[in-house]
Amino acid sequence: MTAILQTQKLRVEYRSRDFRQGNKVALNGLDLEVRAGEVFGFLGPNGAGKTTTMNVLLGFVPPSSGAASLFGIDVRQPIARQRIGYLPELTYYYKFLTAEELLRFYAKIFGLTHAETDKRIAELLKLVELEHAAKRPIKSYSKGMQQRVGLAQSLINNPDLLILDEPTSGLDPLGRMKVREIIQRLKEQGKTVFFSSHELGEVEAICDRVAILHQGDLKAVGTVAEVSAGSNNLEQSFLKIVGYQPSSVS
Amino acid sequence: MSKIFALAGVVIKELYRRKDFYVLFVLTALLTLGAGMVNFFHDDKIVRYVKDICLLLIWVSALVISVVTTARQIPAEREARTIFPLLAKPVSRAQVIAGKFLGCWLATGVALIVFYFFFAIVTGSKEHFWPWAAYLEAVWMHWVMLGVVIAMVLLGSIYFAAPSSTSTITIIVVGGILLLGTHLKIIALQQPEPMQFILTLFYFVMPHLEWYDLRDFVVYDMGLVPVGAVLLATVYAAAWTSIFLLLAWFGFRRKSLTT
Repeated sequence: MTAILQTQKLRVEYRSRDFRQGNKVALNGLDLEVRAGEVFGFLGPNGAGKTTTMNVLLGFVPPSSGAASLFGIDVRQPIARQRIGYLPELTYYYKFLTAEELLRFYAKIFGLTHAETDKRIAELLKLVELEHAAKRPIKSYSKGMQQRVGLAQSLINNPDLLILDEPTSGLDPLGRMKVREIIQRLKEQGKTVFFSSHELGEVEAICDRVAILHQGDLKAVGTVAEVSAGSNNLEQSFLKIVGYQPSSVS
Repeated sequence: MSKIFALAGVVIKELYRRKDFYVLFVLTALLTLGAGMVNFFHDDKIVRYVKDICLLLIWVSALVISVVTTARQIPAEREARTIFPLLAKPVSRAQVIAGKFLGCWLATGVALIVFYFFFAIVTGSKEHFWPWAAYLEAVWMHWVMLGVVIAMVLLGSIYFAAPSSTSTITIIVVGGILLLGTHLKIIALQQPEPMQFILTLFYFVMPHLEWYDLRDFVVYDMGLVPVGAVLLATVYAAAWTSIFLLLAWFGFRRKSLTT
C-alpha cells in the first residue's frame, strides 16, 4: 500500500528561553509511514511529541532536520494540505460567523465550486446535526455544538486523509460515539485517518495500526495485536513501553 | 486569488458585525449635520470652517477604523487560535497577509464612501454645490493613503503581540508624518549637522502620507489635482504598501505560531 503520510528522520528542536539550557528536542529522528486506507492511532504521554509531529505535518512548525510529506508532497508546500482535513483538540473558529458561513469560507479556501459547496454544507450540517442552527453565530453555540462545527469543517473538502488531534477529548459519550461512527464510515469509504488519543480502549477498537511515542522517540509501531504482544491489552503494553512504574500509596 | 478574497470577506464581515464603525459613523454624522445647520448664518467662512472640522473628523475616524481593525487581525487569529484550522488548509502565509490587507482596505474604503457621501449630501444641500469630481479625487487619495497605513499596521502586528501597542505606535507615526511631513525639510535646514543630515535623510526615506491630504482642495473649492499627479501618488503609495506587505510576509513566514 502507498504511504500517504511519511516522515523521515524528522527532528524538531525548540530553543530554550533560558540560554543556559540547551535546545529542547521535541522529536528525535521520527520515521513514520501511514498507508492509504488505514486508521492510524498516534499514542504517547503528554509531552511525547505527538502535537509537535502534527504541527510539522500541518506546516505550523518547520522541522529542524529530516523531512515530512503528505501524498508525496513536502509539508512546507500549502498544496500538500489540499486533500486533508484537520480537527484540532479544541474549537478554534470565528465566533462572529454562522456555521454555514464558516463552512462556505473554508470551501472557498479549498476552491470548491458553488454547487459542490452547497451540497457539502447540506450533507455535513445533517451529519453533525446542526441544520437547525446553521444560520446562528457560532458564539451562541454550546461547547458540543462548536465541536460538531469543527468536525464538519474538517470534512468540507471530502478529505482523503483526516488528521485528528484528540478528537474525543472533552466530548460527552454521545459526541464520542458520533466521532467513532464518522471515523468508521470514513474507513469504509477508503479514507485514511491519523489521530492522536489518550483513550486507549477507543484506539484498540478502531485502529488498524498504532505508534507509541515517548520523549520524542518512536518506541513501537505496528498493528494493535503486534504492539500489545506480551501484554493483556494495549493499555498495559503502552504503560510498559513508556516505563510506568506503579507507585505504592501509603 | 479566490483564497485572498475569501479571507478578505471574513475581515469585512467581522467589521460590520462589530460596533466600532457604527459608533464612529454616528459621531461623524452628528457633527456633519451640525455643519449643515451653520449655513443659517449665510456666512461662507463659517461653512468652510465647519466643513474643515468635519473632514478632519472623517480623517480621524477613518484612521482609527483602519488602524484598530487591522491591528487586531493577526494577533486575534493567534490568540483565538483560529490561525491553526486556517493554515491547516491549502493557504499560504503570504495569502493570509494579502487577504487580511485586502479585507481591511476594502472595509475602510466602504467606510470612507459612507462618510464622504454623507458629508457631500449634507454640506451640498446647504451650499447647493456638489463638486463630485473633487470629492471622488479626495476619497481616492485618502483611500490610497490608508492602504499604506494598513500595510504598515499589518507589519507592526506581526512583531507586537498586543493590538493596542501596534495601534498606538502607528497612530503616533502617521500623525507625526501628517503634521510634520511637509515641514520636515525646512526644519532640517535650520538644524546643525549631523541633525540636518539625519532629518533630510528621514524626509527622503519616509512615506509622505501628507501628500494625500486633499482637504483644502475640498474646503476652499480649489479645483482638481492633475490626473498625472494622482496617478504618480497612487504608484508611490502602491510601492510603499508593497514594501510593508513584503516585510510583513517575511516576518510572518518565519513566525512560530506555537509559542
